[in-house]
Order: sequence, then C-alpha cells, then structure tokens
Amino acid sequence: MTEAITAEIFRHLVDLAALELDESEAEYLRAQLNSQLKAIRELEAITLEDTAGITSHGVPYTPEISSLPRDDLPVRSDLADAILKQAPEVDGRYLVVPDIPHTELA
Amino acid sequence: MTTALCDLSAVEIARSVREGSLRAEQVLDSALERIRAVEGRPPSLERYELQADDRSKVHAFITLTEARARAQARAVDGTVAEGKDPGVLAGVPLGVKDIFCVAGTPSTAGSRILANFVAPYTATPVARLEAAGAVTLGKVNLDEFTFGSSNESTAFRPPPGNPWDPGRVPGGSSGGSAAAVAAGEVALSLGTDTAGSIRQPAAFCGVVGMKPTYGRVSRYGLIAFASSLDCPGPVARTVGDAALMLGVMAGADVHDATAALVPVPDYLGGLEQDVRGLRIGLSPDYFKLRYPDPQTGELREQPITPEIETAVRSAAEALARQGAEIVENVPMPNTHLGIPAYFVISRVEAASNLHRYDGVKYGFRYPGPVSDLKELYRKSRAAGFGRQPKLRILMGMYVSAEQYEKGYYQRALRVRTLIRRDFEQAFDRVGAHRLDALLTATTPTTAFELDAVYGDSVLMQYADLLTVPADHAGVPGISLPAGLDAQRLPIGIQLLGPDFSEARLLQIGRAYERQTQAEPWRAARPKVLSQ
Repeated sequence: MTEAITAEIFRHLVDLAALELDESEAEYLRAQLNSQLKAIRELEAITLEDTAGITSHGVPYTPEISSLPRDDLPVRSDLADAILKQAPEVDGRYLVVPDIPHTELA
Repeated sequence: MTTALCDLSAVEIARSVREGSLRAEQVLDSALERIRAVEGRPPSLERYELQADDRSKVHAFITLTEARARAQARAVDGTVAEGKDPGVLAGVPLGVKDIFCVAGTPSTAGSRILANFVAPYTATPVARLEAAGAVTLGKVNLDEFTFGSSNESTAFRPPPGNPWDPGRVPGGSSGGSAAAVAAGEVALSLGTDTAGSIRQPAAFCGVVGMKPTYGRVSRYGLIAFASSLDCPGPVARTVGDAALMLGVMAGADVHDATAALVPVPDYLGGLEQDVRGLRIGLSPDYFKLRYPDPQTGELREQPITPEIETAVRSAAEALARQGAEIVENVPMPNTHLGIPAYFVISRVEAASNLHRYDGVKYGFRYPGPVSDLKELYRKSRAAGFGRQPKLRILMGMYVSAEQYEKGYYQRALRVRTLIRRDFEQAFDRVGAHRLDALLTATTPTTAFELDAVYGDSVLMQYADLLTVPADHAGVPGISLPAGLDAQRLPIGIQLLGPDFSEARLLQIGRAYERQTQAEPWRAARPKVLSQ
C-alpha cells in the first residue's frame, strides 16, 4: 500500500503544527501516522445514508437542559498577578517575546 | 501489610468523621503511611532508567501536597469540634488526576510543557469535592495530556505500576488514579474519560470507575484534550463511594455552558433499590474485536478473552437471580467504528486545543537563542511535547486539512451519529429492546505488561475498543470489578445506560456488588499490599 502521508506532506504538517523534529522522531511519527490512517480507512468502506447528519457531541442539548448565557458583566479578577507569574519572561506587566516576523503586503 | 484506616470506604470514613468517632487527621496519617510504603521513588522529568525497585512499586503521585492536605484535615476536624457539619466527604483522602487545575499546586498534564505551571484557580469538580470536606493528597500521574491507555506516555517517570502486578500497566489515561485507589493511597480519585480513560484503568486495577453523561460534571479547570468527549468522573473502591463522589461533583456550573441543567439525584440514597424487572442487554458486538492487522492494515476479527466473556455472562446471571431480565442479542452494529472515528475526531480537537502551548504565556519555554517568535514556538513545542501530543497534533492537522476534511472529519462525525443511534435504539422505551442498561466487558484483555504495547499507537488505541462508543454517544458508563483471571489480574465489566441514567447504573452496579460480596475474589488484595 502506498503511503498516504509522504515525506513531503509530512514536512508540511510539521510546519503547520509549529514543531521541529529530528530525523528518527520524524521517521517514527510518520510511520505511526500512516499506520493510524490504515485504521481510519475502515470509515471509507461504510455507506452513510443521507439522513446520517453530523453529531458534534453525543448528548442533545435541548433548551430545557442548556445553560443560558451569563450576563455580560465586567467582573474584577484578582488573578492577574498569579497569571503573569506563570509567564516565562515578562517586562513589568508585559509578556516578552523575540522578534515577530512579518511580511509586507504588496 | 495490615488493613488500615485508609482502606475504609469513603462512605465509612465520612460517616465516622462527621460523627466524631474518627479524626480526619488520623485518616490522613494512615494514607500518608500507605503512600510511603507503596509509592517507591517519585516520578520525575529526569532521564528515566529502570531501577531494581521500580517494578514493585506504584509511583502514582506526581505531586504530593501534604501540607495542604494537613491544613484541610485540621479544618475538617475543627469544624466537627465546633459541632458543625464538615460535609459529606469529611476527611476522605482524594487524589486528583494531574489534568485538573488546583490553585497553588503544579498542574502538569503529565507533560514537560506544563511541568512548571502552577494553576491560578481550581477546577469546579475539585472545588466541590474540597468544599464537601475531601482532603486532597496531591496530583496523580496520567498519560501525557491523557493521550494513552497505559500511562506510559507520561513525561513523569517511572510510570505508575499496576498494584496487582507492578510489572504491568495500570491502564490509562487515569492510571495514577486507579492505581492509587487500588493501593489504598486514597479512597477516591477524580479522573477523566475521553475514550475510556476512567473505565479502562478501573478495570485493570480492580476498582470502580464511572464516566458520567457528557455534561453531567463541569469541565471548568480541566486541561482540554477533546472538548466534545472529555468527561470528569469518579474512581473509587466501591459503587457506594462512586455514587457519593458523583453526587458532590455533578450539576450545572456558570463557568461551563456544557454542564447541563439536569437536577442531580440522590445517587447514594437510591443505591439499595433492587433490580427486579430491569432490562439488561447483552450484545454480540461487544464480545468480539475488530481491528486492523498492524502489518497489512486488513481487518481481523477475534473474540474477547474467554475469561472476560465468562465474567460478563456470570454477572448477567447474578443480576437475573435478583430479578433483572436479561435481553440477549442486542445489535450494536457500529461498535467497531468507534476507534476509527475516534482517531479522527479526537485528533482534530486535540490539535486545536494544543495550539495554546507556545512558550509565551505559561509553561515551558525553550531556553536557548532563537531568531524570531516562530522559532521560539517550534523549539518550545519540540522540546516540551512528548511523542503522543506531536502525533495527535500532526494527525489532527492532516484529517482537518481542506482537501481531506470532508473525507475524514465530516465522515467521522456522521459515523458518530450512527454510534449514537445504536444506543438510542437499544434504550428506546418503545423499541424492540427497551434496555435499562447494556452489560459488556470493559476491556478486551486484562492488564498488559509495561513496554509490551507502548510505541504501537494503533494497537494501544484499540485497548479502548469497548469503552469509546459511549464517549462518542455521550452516554454514561461504569466499570465494575468482576473477578480475577488465571494470573490474578482484575477483570472489569461495564454497564452503559441512556443519558443521565447514572443513578440506575449505580443501582445495578451495587446489586451486582451485593450479590457477589461473598465470592472469594472479593477478599483478594493487590500484590503491593501483600508484600
């Protein structure tokens, strides 16, 4: 069986996923992906009737059991310092990041 | 090892603490003593090399929060001393799967990328359990971001061992939860189930694990894997303990719009009702396995392990003796599609959820020089994620790409409809079968050896073959201990029911527990407790 995820497609996926892989890791992951796709292919063999709509989650959320949206009210939070404390690098109350690459639009 | 206070059920502990005949601190001391006896070296991010003692210990805890637990236990005892009620879980030792945020404690998700993350807030289920008097001993191990069925993908190693045979896996992803409960380190553990991650380890470790209906328990503060599937739920040693814990956690939550507005029944109160007249189904589709050959990809079919099938049929007979009506040959024809559909749906959701880990806002950041922000993302994610998250992100990107999305993702969502339909037809009150519950095996096999399956992501996923359909459908399920196999490893059986039928499943589970109370296997103890 030919590989669905070729080395070229795989490189593109790695780029989209914002990852970097060494050669042996890339080889292992690509083989696993192709192996998983073989399992997924079982889905292709079945006939789906037109009436089988999509289910985005199993339990139907009828109005009776669904929460109403909360009122859109400002609430003061005392968590800002605890959240900022988790940042790897800060300058005062700003998060620090390296240069952000940008492309000039023509 | 002698039986200790920490081996009491949560129901007994809470009752005694509330009455004043037992102090929460005594229970805590007993649990800490057990932890010291069975844990072995703590799991860490250090390069893992197997040591002689590793495969005889449990290694369930990533983080022990002894001081926090001590303060909670003293507060419970103080409340009792003042003549006030400390809550229905007073003094009950609790282990929290390290996928839930608990304020002020590391919340790692079993991943290097969150190893240094200290949660600024507490997840709703944990907050409710603690408000009811539970004493949180710490955070227990899991597969990285819950991605696995053996707990071996955790970045914190040694991985947990199965208390019945620590050379074997405890299952996953809530492996630390099930192992800690089985070993008596805690009475209760909060787990999550996305494809079977509560029920499968519960079965492997000989404890009770319940996946509630999707929306029964709030996901607020749960580090997300697959948001349309993730369900927090209880891991306990008895059905009564699971009922007690679920009753505390369940219910609507202003912080989670998917937590359904469905009243929470008194799960414990209705537990002893008999099962006379209840219709319990058996399906041939749950007695066989269909999976792709690892080499050729061709579909193979084989029966589940005979000892496990025997346990399921014996359970049906036990329930029939109490007046339940057993309905044979209930068709669940789409069961075998659960894993292929899950490979697609869960990966798309995981890829989306994992994009937030970027080395900027929190968590691991690559410490070396980088040229720009994109390189920082790539290097932080490359060094921070283990193989499972990488694999799931890449598959999620592939099957949701524009040119493949219709063939894979949309198709999988439609297959999910077919799986849901199987359950709707089985439980239809005016249908052919009119089931109150479906009785199945929880797992195709008992616990496998460490390193035996890890590395083969397809074979590992098929460990969830019998549990994942309920996750797709959103319906509740409970795994119950149902004996030991010839190797003295626990066997688990599973009850599945209609939406929000947890009370009924617990009631049937309790009836089975009562009926089998005198059987010799009930007196057996895990190997780590008999050393």
